[in-house]
Amino acid sequence: MQIKGCVYKFGEDVDTDQIIPARYLNTSDPSELAAHCMEDADPTFAGRVQPDSVMVAGKNFGCGSSREHAPIAIKAAGVSCVIASTFARIFYRNAINIGLPILECPEAAVALQEGDEVKVDIANGLIKNLTHPGEYQAVPFPPFMQKIVSRGGLINYVSERMKDRA
Amino acid sequence: MGKTIAEKILSKKSGQNAYVNDIVVADVDFRMGQDGTSPLAIRAFEAMQGTNVHAPERAALVIDHSAPSPLEGVSALHTLMRKFAVENGMTLYDVGEGVCHQLIPEKGHVGPGSLVIGADSHTCTYGALNAFATGVGSTDLAAALISGKMWFKVPETIKFVCQGKLPAGVYSKDLILFLISQVTADGATYMAAEYTGEAIKELSVDARLTISNMAIEMGAKVGLMEADDKVLEWVRSHSKKEFEAVSADPDASYAAVKEYDVSNLDPYVAKPHRVDNGVPVGEVAGTPIQQAVLGTCTNGRLEDLSIAARLLEGRKVHPDVRLIVAPASRQVYLEAMDTGVLKTLVQAGAAVVTPGCGPCVGTHNGIPSDGENVISTANRNFKGRMANNKAFIYLASPATVAASAIKGEITDPREFLE
Repeated sequence: MQIKGCVYKFGEDVDTDQIIPARYLNTSDPSELAAHCMEDADPTFAGRVQPDSVMVAGKNFGCGSSREHAPIAIKAAGVSCVIASTFARIFYRNAINIGLPILECPEAAVALQEGDEVKVDIANGLIKNLTHPGEYQAVPFPPFMQKIVSRGGLINYVSERMKDRA
Repeated sequence: MGKTIAEKILSKKSGQNAYVNDIVVADVDFRMGQDGTSPLAIRAFEAMQGTNVHAPERAALVIDHSAPSPLEGVSALHTLMRKFAVENGMTLYDVGEGVCHQLIPEKGHVGPGSLVIGADSHTCTYGALNAFATGVGSTDLAAALISGKMWFKVPETIKFVCQGKLPAGVYSKDLILFLISQVTADGATYMAAEYTGEAIKELSVDARLTISNMAIEMGAKVGLMEADDKVLEWVRSHSKKEFEAVSADPDASYAAVKEYDVSNLDPYVAKPHRVDNGVPVGEVAGTPIQQAVLGTCTNGRLEDLSIAARLLEGRKVHPDVRLIVAPASRQVYLEAMDTGVLKTLVQAGAAVVTPGCGPCVGTHNGIPSDGENVISTANRNFKGRMANNKAFIYLASPATVAASAIKGEITDPREFLE
């Protein structure tokens, strides 16, 4: 799974209330959630984010609530991958379950800057900065998590396995 | 090799001899979802072609985040939940019953040694009852509703040993705000926290639930305590189920052991917009406030309301302050009525709202205005948490919130101690 896109950069400890505030949990429509994505961190983000973007942030990304609306909003906004120094636990699990690729890479999280064009190989965790040349190695997902992500999430993964059994 | 509480519970529930970093598939004793997360779980359940909820008597849905519904869209989601619960023979706690994290222990669903998942991050609350209880997302909840199982990575454990005795006017909320300020918001990420020591043993079960509730605010997966006589008695009075308490082995292996003497701890306040931004109350005393919130899954229990009532008895909430009170459950509401606690609060000027999460999570019932300062007994002060990203939230104990409501500015509650 290869991704090529433009970096949108955020700080440390980006919490789920910044990613998608609870006042928008009255919908589970991904496109409506996307319209408010990152609203309390950067109100201009949802309006300017391009398809196939790469979100980059510091430590503890996605801390706070268990709301799965958070990775859904990010994915639906057009972000193809999130790179952070570290992720909060529930967000990490939710991102895999809904098929949003994420990579933990403290070096890339520091080096990559807003607007950089990057190439990301999810399977082997390799991150390449094409604007300011540099290469960064993240620890890739264990194989069973990669299978879930590559099928677009746990729902598709389970459905396929149910079909195989039938 | 000895085991931590987390290793023991996950070993027992998976049938594997599990240690740190093992991945296990375990039988889940109880599954819970609330109205913010259940609608997505129901859609995922359907998309996964789930036909029925496995062991529906061991699962519940709770309408608490927007209760009663403030919006047409939310009403439709509540209807979806009610229909799903009926079709699958599950319990649904509807509008007015209370906050999920009060209800699940209070209704006797969980106890020592239980393995619990909830589609809400503060599910870790039940760790105070010696349950391995953790927050998950909606898709995980859906899969667990179908199968009754979930995969877990066995976490490392960080142990907090709290020695000494909390001084007068200092409570379990102050202790956990202090601990989070010490280890920071991601100091226990991916780990289990174990809270122990003389200061914890002294606390009531109500007060312990406050500490475990906030384990997630240091990034922890669970916030575990041992089940002593107080816990066993509490659980016996709320549940008919059989439970098996789990203790850590003396030679269990810990990622870190943090020891604190809390005998001289001050009341703590977490400044905006981070929960780990805790300081002794003196550093922020005098900050004007416009709203005070008493309630939530952190501090909406009878003991919390009683502590606030003792300060507010015969006094009035400052004319520039709205004091919003949300009892954690109908049971708490009734007990606060019977004991006169509620009357004291209302006479002092409190506005009591339906038991639920509204003010804390910004769905309704007290959204602050631009530039306002709020002091709250909740567990999160993130920017925009209460639905206005231009407001400022300070977190504190019920006593500090009550004292601040009286004076109209952040106040050390010890000023009001006789």
